Amino acid sequence: MLEIRWHGRGGQGSVTAAEILATAAINEGKFSQAFAAFGPERRGAPVLAFTRINDNEILLRTQIYEPDVVVVLDHHLSERDDISEGLKKGGILVLNSVYEPERYAKKIPNARRVATVDATGIAIKELGTPVTNTAILGALVKATGIVKLGSVEDVIRERFKTFAEKNIAAVRAAFAQTKIFEREGNM
Amino acid sequence: MKRVGLSGNYAVAYAVKMADVDVVAAYPITPQTTIVEKLSEFVANGELEAEYINVESEHSAMSACVGASLTGARVFTATSSQGLAYMHEVLFMASGLRTPIVMANVNRALSAPLNIWNDHSDAMAERDAGWIQLWVTSAQEAFDATLEAFKIAEDVLLPVMVNLDGYILSHTYEPVVLPDESLVREFVPSRPLQNRVSPKFAYSIGVVGPPEAYYEMKYQVVDAIEKSRKKIKDVDKEFGDKFGREYNFVNEYMMEDADYALVTMGALTGTAKAVASGLRKEGEKVGVLSIRCFRPFPKEEIVALLGDLKGVGVVDRAVTPGGPSNPLFADIATTLYEKGRRPLLQSFVAGLGGRDVPVDDFKLMFGLVKDVVKEGKSRPCVYVGLRE
Amino acid sequence: MSRLKGWKEIPIGGTIVEPGSSVEFDVSSWRTYRPLFDKKKCTKCGMCWIFCPEGAIKINDDGTYDVNLSYCKGCGICQRACAVKAITMVKEG
Ligand code: SF4
Ligand code: SF4
Repeated sequence: MLEIRWHGRGGQGSVTAAEILATAAINEGKFSQAFAAFGPERRGAPVLAFTRINDNEILLRTQIYEPDVVVVLDHHLSERDDISEGLKKGGILVLNSVYEPERYAKKIPNARRVATVDATGIAIKELGTPVTNTAILGALVKATGIVKLGSVEDVIRERFKTFAEKNIAAVRAAFAQTKIFEREGNM
Repeated sequence: MKRVGLSGNYAVAYAVKMADVDVVAAYPITPQTTIVEKLSEFVANGELEAEYINVESEHSAMSACVGASLTGARVFTATSSQGLAYMHEVLFMASGLRTPIVMANVNRALSAPLNIWNDHSDAMAERDAGWIQLWVTSAQEAFDATLEAFKIAEDVLLPVMVNLDGYILSHTYEPVVLPDESLVREFVPSRPLQNRVSPKFAYSIGVVGPPEAYYEMKYQVVDAIEKSRKKIKDVDKEFGDKFGREYNFVNEYMMEDADYALVTMGALTGTAKAVASGLRKEGEKVGVLSIRCFRPFPKEEIVALLGDLKGVGVVDRAVTPGGPSNPLFADIATTLYEKGRRPLLQSFVAGLGGRDVPVDDFKLMFGLVKDVVKEGKSRPCVYVGLRE
Repeated sequence: MSRLKGWKEIPIGGTIVEPGSSVEFDVSSWRTYRPLFDKKKCTKCGMCWIFCPEGAIKINDDGTYDVNLSYCKGCGICQRACAVKAITMVKEG
């Protein structure tokens, strides 16, 4: 089972991203759950969301404390140390950042793989607004290969209708521009 | 048939749409809101031909449902927590007037302090209202139970409450198999019930039941919910034949040769099962029994499945302050006592007000049940995860 | 006293299925006083008809009001309701 934790701020679409990924996995025939650590929804406040993906039925109904993958939608949050809390040894980080992935790999020894992408820049360019959830999905697919890019695009098409094509452009741009650092040797 | 990703709330909304309800009367409240939001969307875009009644409170929502149901319409509403509490008096009228209303109750803690997250205190406070109560453990079950609920309600003329845990089920996206609408219609055909408020009959509804009549009328509700067991079983069987999923009154997991078990309801069940399966690999003979039908209470099944165990832990997600024990524990203990069966029972409370109940908490509970059996004596209720 | 119906015999849902069954409900034995209507004073205002808790007031062909004694329990509310004092309560004989 793969467990993913999403960090973002209210309004960036973290929960939607978690749901799009889960739906893409479900459409590929897998089992998946997407949920949020809920609170009253407030724009700008830090938000946590979660996705589980598995080949068999998922029984767990708890929050995720030791994620395999951490995804950060907000470039300010990417600089915070607590985003990697509980990250499994050998885990994957997918960060919204203009910097090289090495910068974070140094700080976070648990991560085997770190991916960075300027999701904010891509979102502003493709959507005209800094809603980074679709761009970061492109980076996540690049970094993990957990679902096919096409599956994500199909869900976006279904869900966003009018803004679908712009969001798909963001996904593709992010997929192309994501930089990946891979740690050598055993962990 | 198609397999899609849906939240628990949307799964309920789709079931209601496919059941082709005639009337929806509801007032929004978190975390139920997305059910009626989706339904109002279905009505607005013509996918569901129903009367959607906007009311100013839950008290009015349930009152409108009672009135609509008396006309013979198929009626649905949804609520949570304070909303359910606000319906309280009308809930008893719904059962007393024998109106087959189906309601989704998205379980949420009761104030104070104000809390929008999950626990079971809302439904437990209404357990004596004469409603059939079904409890689900996944979005798929929420869909399935809602469909079954219409059929059960209309057959036994009692209202049915489908309980799903707020957020943990209501807002989690997961796979749901949606059957073809035509198959659903076969399962719950539109069959207008008698219009009891038609001038044609000139019935008097909601009359006074003086001391020489109230007792008999109340007993009719007691009798109806007792007899509903057979109908619930039949409907579930028919559902299984048609859609390939059967639930029964309880859901048993690794219970065949179990020495110890945890009894759960709702979303706690999944994690309990995952932990039980892990413990089995370590050689522990543990199982999980989840109560799907809380009213009528599955007495026979409880006795058969728990009667001969060494130890049973009962996990309540609600409390009865000042009571001898908490609601689920009380029912389990009473059921076993009546039949003279005495496995060691240990009471637990967990997850109030949306507190997450992680894997370690379940390990602790299974461990404690084992300890208690070794000690030969249960401990006072253990409040799992409570900070001192 | 006749045997009351058991729970199996009573229609479910607190429903009275027989229309107009209250016609059978004779309360005349409850009375100590009965209302006496003075047709000449009556202004046909209908206040007694509105206020009678038993629905015992009937309307005469000429529009004045009177009582149907089978359903009158003698409470005297009609007398209080009548502004022109067309109703007097008299002791039953
Ligand atoms: S005395 Fe009372 S019951 Fe009789 S007619 Fe007057 S108001 Fe009605
Ligand atoms: S209240 Fe008096 S005046 Fe008016 S209708 Fe009755 S008897 Fe006549």
